[in-house]
Order: sequence, then structure tokens, then C-alpha cells
Amino acid sequence: MKKYVLIRLFNIVVTLFIIATLTFFLMKQLPGSPFDEEKLSALPEDVRTAIYEQYGLNDPVWKQYIKYMENLVKGDLGKSFYYKDKPVAQIISERIGPSALLGIQAIVIGTAIGLILGIVAAFRHNSFWDYTTMILAVLGVSIPNFVFAALLQYFVGLKLGVLPIAYWESYKSTVLPTLALMFGVVSVVARFMRNEMLDVLNQDYMTTALAKGLSLRAIILNHALRNALIPVITVLGPVIVSLITGSLVIESIFSIPGIGSLFVESIKVNDYSMIMGVTLLFSTLFVFVVLIIDLLYGVIDPRIRIAGNKE
Amino acid sequence: MGMEKAHLTEEFFAPIATDPKGMESVARDPSIGWRASWRRLKKNRGAVISLAVLTVIILLAIFGPMMTPYDYAQADYEESFKTPSGDHWFGTDKFGRDQWARIWEGTRISLYIALLAAALDLVIGVMFGAISAVCGGKVDMVMQRIIDILVGIPHLIVVILLILFMKPGILTISVAMVITGWVNMARLVRSQIFKLKAEEFVLASRALGAGFFRTIFKHYIPNTAGLILINLMFTIPSAIFTEAFLSFIGLGLQEPLASLGVLINDGYHAMQSHYYLLFFPAVVIVALMICFNLLADGLRDAIDPKMKNK
Repeated sequence: MKKYVLIRLFNIVVTLFIIATLTFFLMKQLPGSPFDEEKLSALPEDVRTAIYEQYGLNDPVWKQYIKYMENLVKGDLGKSFYYKDKPVAQIISERIGPSALLGIQAIVIGTAIGLILGIVAAFRHNSFWDYTTMILAVLGVSIPNFVFAALLQYFVGLKLGVLPIAYWESYKSTVLPTLALMFGVVSVVARFMRNEMLDVLNQDYMTTALAKGLSLRAIILNHALRNALIPVITVLGPVIVSLITGSLVIESIFSIPGIGSLFVESIKVNDYSMIMGVTLLFSTLFVFVVLIIDLLYGVIDPRIRIAGNKE
Repeated sequence: MGMEKAHLTEEFFAPIATDPKGMESVARDPSIGWRASWRRLKKNRGAVISLAVLTVIILLAIFGPMMTPYDYAQADYEESFKTPSGDHWFGTDKFGRDQWARIWEGTRISLYIALLAAALDLVIGVMFGAISAVCGGKVDMVMQRIIDILVGIPHLIVVILLILFMKPGILTISVAMVITGWVNMARLVRSQIFKLKAEEFVLASRALGAGFFRTIFKHYIPNTAGLILINLMFTIPSAIFTEAFLSFIGLGLQEPLASLGVLINDGYHAMQSHYYLLFFPAVVIVALMICFNLLADGLRDAIDPKMKNK
């Protein structure tokens, strides 16, 4: 177990190093520069050189790379070009709040609703609830999140006018974006839960539990849920990744001052250090989510020993 | 004893199996399995309807733009923001371009991207997985480390960074998707071939004299084909989504090209007063996604009934 975690952590470090390197060099190929070229070319030659000098943009690319990596190891993400020299880490920490709130809300509520729908659909197999859940599952996977978000804004925000359409003002502003992010989570979780539950309900130990006279609650919680949960946890990894992806477009649509919209903005204005910082943040989050999910398998189902051969 | 031995001269011994290929030909006709899958697919209502709707969408994508006299990129400022009418069936956008022509032009792009992504996935993913599994040993180990690292990188971020690096366009998007998109296919193919390596029928065919390539083409690939097809069908909707997503946030195709993502973005900005500009492209992309997803589900159930409901 310990050895397994160590190997995984080593892989994570290598992965993040490669991502940082790739991002750095790709970014240097971006057309344009972080500065307003027109105004810059109006400046005298020596002033321009001095500006480039200050940001280390006169050095050869490999030198800039080594400097960036040195700072990175020290935990310094550099300064933003766009936001008047504010440290990248500071901007990220200022904007991470809304993203984290939306993300956690979407994943917690979405998973809960998905689990309940899946359980109900399985217990009432071939009923109205079952069909509704299955239709919802197909729609959730098929409707692109930005289309769903736009429809929510149009129907709930504009036509009904009950909830704020955009901006980050009160708690009410979180409702629509959370719904938009949540839709995919609900459908994926509900679908998996239903199918796993159907499998589990056919097992002999379920008949035994029923024959013993256990209450329905005890059967669901102690027998069905625990056995059905493992495959559901396997889908949470991709689901969380899709939340990160979703946040890029959902935050832009709802004008939310979060990390997703920050990433899209910084790409559009060539804010090198910001793109690097956010890419690294997303990647780090991603690799640790995958690791935690792999480790969770063992906790939920002791039969799985992760260190063993996985195919 | 010595006497008897003297009678057994070499002419008594002749190899029986002079034709190793003939020996191995006891294998049944592989098309039987496929015919059974096709029968199962035909029974799946969702898949059959999806197939029909997809055929209609594909036909419209081919012939739709020819059905109006208007070109998808031709602007006419006199005609801007016209509601759907007999002249412009889906109305016109802010530059007075015909929305009907633009939507089917956009559908063409989505379908083209889907096909290209699937083809590249098939070539790179299947090859990578097959080589890794068949060679085994050190080759396999190195190739798996590459995959381990690629899996650790969020796909969309790679795609976005690549699109920034290359010129935004159809080819860039396809290439970018393929750089990360084949990993799943490679893993599936590899693990399947590894399982097959230990199967008795592979051992039997080798014992009967089948060569290296015969084993690959007669046994490994036909027995992996179902899995490859299923995975391919799930690649298609995700490729369509990726292109639309990138175009929507302004990193994909650019004006005046019309992809469904571009159209939805345009329609989104005008939805308050001209809802139909958002509505029609949204319907087309949702229909495409639903049909491909249902068809993929149906194919999976038909090809591999054991995997049903997973």
C-alpha cells in the first residue's frame, strides 16, 4: 500500500513537471505578447528594452524556463502581466472562492440526487421513475452544458424572472450555474447507480437479507448501497474532470468571477504566467482527484487490493 | 526388438498435416457473430430510431445547403435578423446570412470532425494498444509509462493549449483531440489482447502452426473488433461536443465559418430578442448527440450482451 502510494506520488510529480514544461514552451509560441504592441512600439527603444528586461523577456527562452521552474519549486507562480503585477497566486486565491463553492455544490447535490434517483429507479424497475431517470440520463450526457446553461438563462432567468441570470451578487446567483454544472453529474451518477443497483438486487445475499426480515432501510444502506457504490466512485473521477471543463464555459456564461473564466480571459490576453498558474492548478487538482478515487476503492471494498495487479 | 526396428524405414513416416492453414481452418465463420449482433441491434428501438434520425441529419447536411439559393457566408445587411419565413426557413442572423444554410454547413463540420477524430482514434489508439500488448516486455512497459503520464493530463487543457499554438481551424481541433483522445482506446485494446493471449484458442491456433501475423489478423483483431467499434461510437459524440465547446468559448472555428458551436454562441448573444437563432442549432446538436449516444449504447448491448446495462 505504502509502496503503491509512493509510486503514484512519483508519477504525479513527473506528470506535473511535464505539464509545466509543455505549457511553458507552448505558451511561448503564442502569437502576440502580453503588452499592447502599438503603445509599446511608440516608446523609445531603451524604455522598451527596460520593460522587457523587467519581466525577463529579453533572456533566451531556456533561461526564462529555468528561472520559472526554480520559482515554481519555491512555490512562486510569478506575477500577472495583465493585472498590474499582482502575484498570480494572489489572484487565484481571490477567485477560487466562487469556483470552489459552485463545484462543491454541484458535486455534492448532484451526486446525492443522482444516487437517490438511481436507487428509486432500480427498486421501481420499469416504472415511471425508472423511465424518467433513464431519459434524464441520456439527456444529461447529450445536451452540451453551454446549451443547457443558455436554456436555463432563457427560460428560468428571462421568461420566469425568478432567479438572477448572471453576476455574483447573492446566494441566489449560485442557483442557476449550480444547476447547469450539476445536470451532467446527476445523469451520470443516476445511470450508474441504477445499473449497479439492479445487479446487486439480483444477488443471493439480497434474498438472504430479505428472508432474515431486515427492514428496507437496513437492506439499502448496509447491503445494496455499499456494494453498488464502487462502480459509482469510478465515474466520479471523470465527472469531477468534466466539472472543471464545465466551469470554463459556465463561469463565462454566468459572468462569475471564478477560476474558469479567469483561464479563458488570460488565454485571450496572453497573460503567460496566469495561464501557467491556472493550468498547473487544474492539473494538480486532476491528478490528486484520480489518486484519491483509486485509494477510495480499497476503503469501500476491502476485497480490492490496489497494489495488486490491475489487469 | 532389433529385428522389428529394421523394418521401420523412413518411408513409413510422412507428416500428416502438410497444410497448417487447412488444419487451422476449423475456426468458424466470424460473420455469424456479427449477424447476431445486427439482429439484436434491430430489436433496440432507441438505436433504430437514432439510426433513422441520423440518416436524415446526414442527408440534410449533404443536401441542405443546396436547397436554398443563399450561401452560408453571404451577408445581406438589408435582411438582418429576419424571423423564419418561406424565404429564409430558419431566419437570418445579425449579418443577414441565411440560418438554414449556416446550420447545415455547421452540421457538416461537426460530422466531419467526428469522422476524422474516429478515424485517427482507430489508427493511433488501436495500433498503440496492439503493439504494446503483442510485443509485451520492455516495449510494453515504456509504452504504458507514456500512457500513465498522458492520462494524468486533463484533455481539454492540452487541446486548448494546442489550439493556441496552432492556427484555429478544423484540422487543428482534430489533431489536438487525437493527441489525447486515443489513450482510452489504446488501453482497452491492450488489455483485451492481453486477455486473448492467455486464451486456449490462441494457443491452439499457434500449436496448429498459425504464424505470427495470422494469429494477429485471424484471432486478436476479430476478437477485439466489437470493443473497438463500441469505443469508437462513444468517441464520436465527445468529438462533436469538444468542437462545439471550443467554438462556443471562441477558441475553435472562427467567423465566417459556421460550426454548430459558433452558431450557438451567436444565437446565445441574440437570444433575448431572437430566440430562434439559438433554438435551431441547439436542437440540431442535441439531436446529433442523443442519436450517437443511443446508437453507441445499442451497439454495445448488441455486440457484447454481457456488458448490457453497464
